[in-house]
Amino acid sequence: MSEPILRLSGVHTHIAEYHILQGVDLSVPPTGVTVLLGRNGAGKSTTLRTIMGLWNASRGEIRFAGQDITAFETADICRRGIAYVPEDMGIFRGLTVQENLLLATTSGRFDKERVDWILSFFPALKRFWRRSAGTLSGGQKQMVAIARAIIEPRKLLLIDEPTKGLAPIMVQALADAFFELKAKDTTILLVEQNFNFASSLGDHVAVMDDGRIVHAGSMADFVESDSLKDNLLGLRASESPNSHV
Amino acid sequence: MLKHLFSDDPPRSRWLTLFLCVLFVVLLSAPFVWTSARALNTAATISIFFILVASFDLLLGYCGIVSFAHAMFFGIGSYGAAIALHRFGPTWSVLAGGAAAALAISAILSLLIAMASLRVKAIFFTMSTLAFAAAFAALVQRLSWLTGGDDGLNFRLPEPLSSGHIYFTVPLVGLDVTGKVVLYYFVLFSSLAALLILLRIVNSRFGRVLEAVRENELRAEAIGYRTLTFRLAANCIAAVIAAWAGVLMALWSRYAGPSTSADFNVMLNVLLMAVVGGLGTIYGAAVGVTIFVFAQNYLQLALAAVNASALKLGGEWLARLFHPDRWLLWFGVVFILCVYFFPNGVVGYLRLRRIRRVR
Amino acid sequence: MTSINPPSAIDASAEPTALPGRKLDIAPFALLVGVAVLALPLTGSVSTWVTLTVAGLAMGMMLFIMTSGLTLVFGLMDVLNLGHAAFVALGAYVAATAAGFVQPWLASTSSAMNLLAVASVMAAAVITSAIVGLVYERLFIRPVYGSHLKQILITIGAMLVMVQLMLVVWGANQMQLMPPSFLRGVHMVGSVAIERYRIFAFVVGLVVYAAMMIVMHSSRVGLLIRAGVENREMVEALGHHIRRMFVVVCICGSALAGLGGAMWGFYREEFSASIGSDVLVQILIITIIGGLGSITGCLYGAMLIALCANYIGFLAPDLAVVSDIIVMMAILLWRPNGLHPVAAH
Repeated sequence: MSEPILRLSGVHTHIAEYHILQGVDLSVPPTGVTVLLGRNGAGKSTTLRTIMGLWNASRGEIRFAGQDITAFETADICRRGIAYVPEDMGIFRGLTVQENLLLATTSGRFDKERVDWILSFFPALKRFWRRSAGTLSGGQKQMVAIARAIIEPRKLLLIDEPTKGLAPIMVQALADAFFELKAKDTTILLVEQNFNFASSLGDHVAVMDDGRIVHAGSMADFVESDSLKDNLLGLRASESPNSHV
Repeated sequence: MLKHLFSDDPPRSRWLTLFLCVLFVVLLSAPFVWTSARALNTAATISIFFILVASFDLLLGYCGIVSFAHAMFFGIGSYGAAIALHRFGPTWSVLAGGAAAALAISAILSLLIAMASLRVKAIFFTMSTLAFAAAFAALVQRLSWLTGGDDGLNFRLPEPLSSGHIYFTVPLVGLDVTGKVVLYYFVLFSSLAALLILLRIVNSRFGRVLEAVRENELRAEAIGYRTLTFRLAANCIAAVIAAWAGVLMALWSRYAGPSTSADFNVMLNVLLMAVVGGLGTIYGAAVGVTIFVFAQNYLQLALAAVNASALKLGGEWLARLFHPDRWLLWFGVVFILCVYFFPNGVVGYLRLRRIRRVR
Repeated sequence: MTSINPPSAIDASAEPTALPGRKLDIAPFALLVGVAVLALPLTGSVSTWVTLTVAGLAMGMMLFIMTSGLTLVFGLMDVLNLGHAAFVALGAYVAATAAGFVQPWLASTSSAMNLLAVASVMAAAVITSAIVGLVYERLFIRPVYGSHLKQILITIGAMLVMVQLMLVVWGANQMQLMPPSFLRGVHMVGSVAIERYRIFAFVVGLVVYAAMMIVMHSSRVGLLIRAGVENREMVEALGHHIRRMFVVVCICGSALAGLGGAMWGFYREEFSASIGSDVLVQILIITIIGGLGSITGCLYGAMLIALCANYIGFLAPDLAVVSDIIVMMAILLWRPNGLHPVAAH
């Protein structure tokens, strides 16, 4: 197996006196989608935030593309090539869609080809281009958030629960976008509660519980193994995989 | 039994315990040891300001609430008693009425301010209290027909509390026990009572919840405490105690005026005393007040001396820097240094040293 | 496996229609107009009303200039700087000294020389405030990022020290700052007299507001600030070192306060070191009711406070001391996040 693009070794994160991450060992392969699964409160969002430097790891090491970024500032981590889409999308409601996207560019100008490519799977963005982002619906905001993350080519995308609260049609749109990204060799680390979405998209899976990774492997194996799914997620084997997407 | 009296919250530092014992003995024996009015005045001031600063510590040190209106309630207490005694004559019922009115107004006003400001971010509460305090100071000046404006109010106390009234036909241990002496001990024991009451409050379940709210309000709410109620209660209690200190101040000096109760200087003094003494300790107030009272008495003298020698040396700028009128400058510098280097105040520092030594 | 529908299935018509553009919020503006209109019959006479209103508008602009720096610093950096008012005093004092140097220009009969003199005095105030602001940020702001309590304590102490140092440097006497002949006196409109300086103050304020809006909406820095006021973390996550901008914003805030102080000094003509602390409470109230980090909100708030202070001061002088608080309470009951919030958090 080739060198992972992102490796967490023994990462601990404390927030106030809460010990959220208790020794996370995670390897994200350099291509495809790695899905981070786990029940609420397992520490998935905290993991993403720690990678991004928004919370400081109290112990352990985070290596990205061979470099130790554990103590890096958030802005530098972004410039190294990691984009982050938080759970609440982090959209600037007072800014227009165009301004939101402009903020994500390093040069302050758009690359026309890149924008056209994004518009090819998010055509609705063209209509909202000059609209204030605060007036958009949840699904539209999510489009903007994802678009913002990919307006500059990045090596790794950290995405936190993108399908939460979205209508099925939007979920489909997101799935299409992610497939496009996969085709362009962008690595994605995805936190997702929607198992069907995750399993259709994911190539690799890591399961978290109580601040630790308790299982890591290929998605295909995971989906096949009822016992794994049962033990780790409490999903029953009879559940239809078509209920969401 | 002593432990229970102090609500299981001992000084936790040998130096602090020593200091407090010495202070108490000195204050207790003051009328007998010193005959000068100035010394007795200093002693009474220490007691009164202790009550004011300790109640401020309840708000700031335990609740994490910065209220610039605290000195305002001190002023309300002062003026409440003063206006009543000035207008209606020196009788007990007037005194009781004035004090009760002042305490009631303080309680209600503190609740109103807290309720109005708690809809918005906590930091805005602080800014609101500043606005209210400023309005109060302006109001005191504006309603000069009631408050005596800049001159303040002078009045007489009920006969049994006046210095002319002598108890006991013979002197007690060489002291003529006058009404003033009785008043002094009333003030002293008020401050002792305040200490014990505040210790009880902060060490009760109520006090623990306040600290929890200070640390993490969301979590306290999640656990189920109605944080708003607790904060309102803390505001109310602190305001009433501050008003009580104001009443005592008016009684002791037989005067109420803006410079002693409504000006922003008073609030700044309280802030400094609390920070220097040590926030979140209650005992810190005693330390801070004592240091401050002595410093204030002697700082201006010291500055005048430096100023004089600077002038002699021909350094005009140096002289200006150390002019006694500029004592606020040095006050500010000391204040800033305290916040930077002694964020836990003297008491915090002493307690930390003790822990480190024990280890 | 899942079915992948062609992208054309994503159609906005399936989503609830969003409102077109940004809803233009005219409510605060309507409020201002409403207050002014209401005051007219209460005042009784048109000329008195005009005088009060013009005074309110002028004072409002000056308060806006003074407060804009504070609201930006607070909104962007989450730093409460109670020492902001000291820069107002500094600006006024520096202006008074600078006016001494350009006295011949100020006294000249040529209006061009007059304006040049005023501009240079204002420039002196701005530059000095910016330099002192740089030192101030290093000494008093940087060490206390993240702790509101420490910020309050330190900046109060800093304000004390600054004002006292000013007294050491300039002495405890009253300062004089006379506007030039071109800006003195009144301008007659029909039977109503309007003070020239008030018109000048209003125009300057408008220019400052326009300049700030242009910077905020047409430049990259402005974009970063507007986004940073909403969500600092996300701006960093998009690759910007927003902390480095803090110093610049802080210095601009101090410079603006200095400018406001200089304008205010000309208006007052004679003042002492308390000129700053005199407006501290109003500045804080305006920051609260305007909405943190909102320049337009700050403008509305300043206008409202100034107009109400003037009207109430005339109609019910006894209430004047509490007019600011009444306005603050009323606005907060209506819009707890401020008149023109950046984004309701």
